[in-house]
Amino acid sequence: MADAGIGLWTVPLAVIGGAIRVSTPFLFVSLGECITERSGRINLGLEGTLVMGAMSAYGISYFSGSPWIGVLSAGITGALLGALHAGICSLPRVNDVAVGIALMLFGTGLAFFLGKPLIEPTAPRLPAIDFGWWSDIPQVKAALRVNVLFLFGVALAPVLYWAFRATRWGLLIRTTGESSDAARAMGHSVLLIRLRATMVGGFLAGIGGSFLSLFYPGSWNEGLSSGQGITAVALVIFARWDPMLCLWASLAFGGAAALGPALQSVGVTFGYHLFNAAPYFLTLAIMIITCSPKRMLTGAPAELSITR
Amino acid sequence: MTSEAVDPVEAVGHIAPASDAGFLQRFGATIEYILIPGAALAGALVVFGIFVALFGKNPFDLYFYMYRGAFGTWFSWQNTLTRAAPLILTALCTALPAQLGMVIIGGEGALLIGALSATSAALVMPSAPPLAVQLAMAAAGMIGGGLWIMLTGALRQYRGVNETISSLLLVYIALAILNHLVEGPMRDPASLNKPSTREIGAANMIGSIPGTEVHWGLVFGLIAATVSYILIYHTTFGFAVRVAGGNIRAAKIVGLSVGKLVLTICFLAGACAGLSGMVEVAAVQGRTNANLAAGYGFTGILVAFLARQNPLAVIPVAVLIGGIGASGGLLQRRLGLPDASVLVLQGIIFVFVLASDALYGRIGFLKGR
Repeated sequence: MADAGIGLWTVPLAVIGGAIRVSTPFLFVSLGECITERSGRINLGLEGTLVMGAMSAYGISYFSGSPWIGVLSAGITGALLGALHAGICSLPRVNDVAVGIALMLFGTGLAFFLGKPLIEPTAPRLPAIDFGWWSDIPQVKAALRVNVLFLFGVALAPVLYWAFRATRWGLLIRTTGESSDAARAMGHSVLLIRLRATMVGGFLAGIGGSFLSLFYPGSWNEGLSSGQGITAVALVIFARWDPMLCLWASLAFGGAAALGPALQSVGVTFGYHLFNAAPYFLTLAIMIITCSPKRMLTGAPAELSITR
Repeated sequence: MTSEAVDPVEAVGHIAPASDAGFLQRFGATIEYILIPGAALAGALVVFGIFVALFGKNPFDLYFYMYRGAFGTWFSWQNTLTRAAPLILTALCTALPAQLGMVIIGGEGALLIGALSATSAALVMPSAPPLAVQLAMAAAGMIGGGLWIMLTGALRQYRGVNETISSLLLVYIALAILNHLVEGPMRDPASLNKPSTREIGAANMIGSIPGTEVHWGLVFGLIAATVSYILIYHTTFGFAVRVAGGNIRAAKIVGLSVGKLVLTICFLAGACAGLSGMVEVAAVQGRTNANLAAGYGFTGILVAFLARQNPLAVIPVAVLIGGIGASGGLLQRRLGLPDASVLVLQGIIFVFVLASDALYGRIGFLKGR
C-alpha cells in the first residue's frame, strides 16, 4: 500500500518528473533557436524540424538497431532543414518568418509521408539513468528516471552561455545579430555566419525531436508534437536570448505540460484538455507580461525582424 | 517587416514611369505577378515529380491523376470547389492582416472558435425557423472568430506581443477549448466513439448550390474575397490600411489611428475564418467535433502567400490548392501514395513561392521598364 501512502503527492512528484522528462525537447529547440536568433535570423520552421527529427530518429534507430545513430541522424536532418531555411533566406527580399512557416508545413508533411511505415514497428529506445534507486516508491522512481539527452541539454546551456560571452564564435554570432554591417566591415560573410547558426540550431532541434520518438512518449505517430517547436521558439523570446534562462524556462514548461497527465493519474479528469494546453497559456501569459509596445526587448538582437 | 508589406510600394514604382506607356510598361507588374508564381508552381511540381519518382512511382502518372482528381471530371471539380470554399475564407485571415504588415497564421484557431460559436448559436435556439438559425450561426461564427484574431491584434498593438507566434499559440488553445467542450459540457451523450456536440438538425443545414454538390460556403467565400478586395483597394479605410502597412511612421504623422486599423482588420480577418468554421458545421459536419481541425486554416496560409496577399487572387489560388487536396484520394488509391503526399507538395510549393520573391524586377524582358 505504498501507493496510497503518498496519495496527492503524486501530482507535484509527476510535475517534477515531467519538468525533467517533458522539458528536454523544449530545451534543445530553444537552445538551438537561441543560437539562430542571436545571429539575427528567426527560424519558425523548428516545429517542422522537431517532427522530422522525431521521424528520422525513430526510423534510423529501427533500421540500425542503435538509438544513438538515430539521434545523430535526427541532428543531421535538422541541420539540413536549417541549411534549406538559411539558403532560401539568403536570397534577396525573402522574409525569414514566412520561410519558417513554409518549412513548418513542409517538415511536418514530409515527416508524415516518410513516417507512414514507421507507425507499427518498435524501435530501440534511448537508455535512462535511475536516480531514484534509493526510493521504494514507484512514483519517485518514475520521476527520477532521467534520460541522458536531458543531462546533455542541461550541460549545454552553461556551455553556450560561456561560448556567447567568451569565444570568438560567440562574439561573431552576436556581432552579426546586432549589426550585420559591423560583421561585414570586419570582413566576415553575414550569410555564411547565419547559415552556420541556423544549421546548428536545426541540429539541436532535430535532437530535441529524437527525444520525442525515442524516449518520451517514445514512439512515432503523427500527433507526436503539437506545437512544442513553436512554443520553444516563443520561449527564447521571453528567455531574453539567454541560454541559462532558456534552461529554467524549459523546466517550467515541462512541469506545466506534465500537469494534465498528472492530475488525470490521481483521478482529476475535469479540464484534462485545458490542463494539457497549460504550456500555451503559460507562454502567452509570459509574453503578455514581458513584452512592451514602447521599448525593444532587452537583450534582443537588433537585426531580428520579429522584434523590430 | 515583411516582404509583402513592401510590395504595394514596389508595384507603384514599376508603374510610375508611364510617359510612353507601352504594353510592358503598363502590364509588366501584372505579368510578373502571374508569371513568377506560375513558374514557382511549375518548379514545385517538377520537384514533387522527382520526389515521387524516388519512391518508384511514375511522375507522369502522378500529374495525370492529379489533374483527373482535381479538374478532370465534374465530380472532381465539385470536390475541388468544396475544398476551395474554406480555403478562400481562411486565406483571407492571413491576407487581410498582411495589408498592415502583420503575419497572422492562426486561421485554424479562428475556424475552430467560429465553428464552436456557430454550433452553440444553433443549439440554443432549437425551435426557431431555419433561416433565423442560419443567420444566427453565421453571425456567431464571424463574431467568435473575429474576436479570436482581434485578441492577437490587441496583444500586438497594446502589448507588443509578436502576432505570428501568439496567433499560432492560440490555435492550440482553441483546439484545447474545443476538445474540452466537446468531451465535457457540450458533449452529446449519444456520440460514443467520436465525442461530438449535439447535431444542429438537418433543417438548419445550409445545403448545396442548386444543381451541384458544392455547398453555399463557396458563395460566402467569393463574396468575402470580393468585399475584402473592394475594402482594401477602393475605400478610404483600405487606403489608410495600406498606408499604415507601408510605413507606420508616416501613418502616425498623418494622424491615422493605427490601433483602430489593426483591431478592425484583425476582426474582419478572424470573421472570415470564423465563417469558414460555421460553413464546415452548417454544410458538412452538422456538429462540432475534432474532425473540424482538418488543417484548412494552415493551408489557407499557403493560399494567401501564393496569392501574394491579394484578396481577389486568393480565389483562383484556393481553387488550385483545393484541387491538389481533392486529388489526394485518387493519388492514394491509384498510386499508393500516403495521404501526406498532399502536405509534402503544399510544403514544396510554399518554399518555391517564397524563394521566387527574389525574382521580382529581375526578369530580362520585363526589365526594360
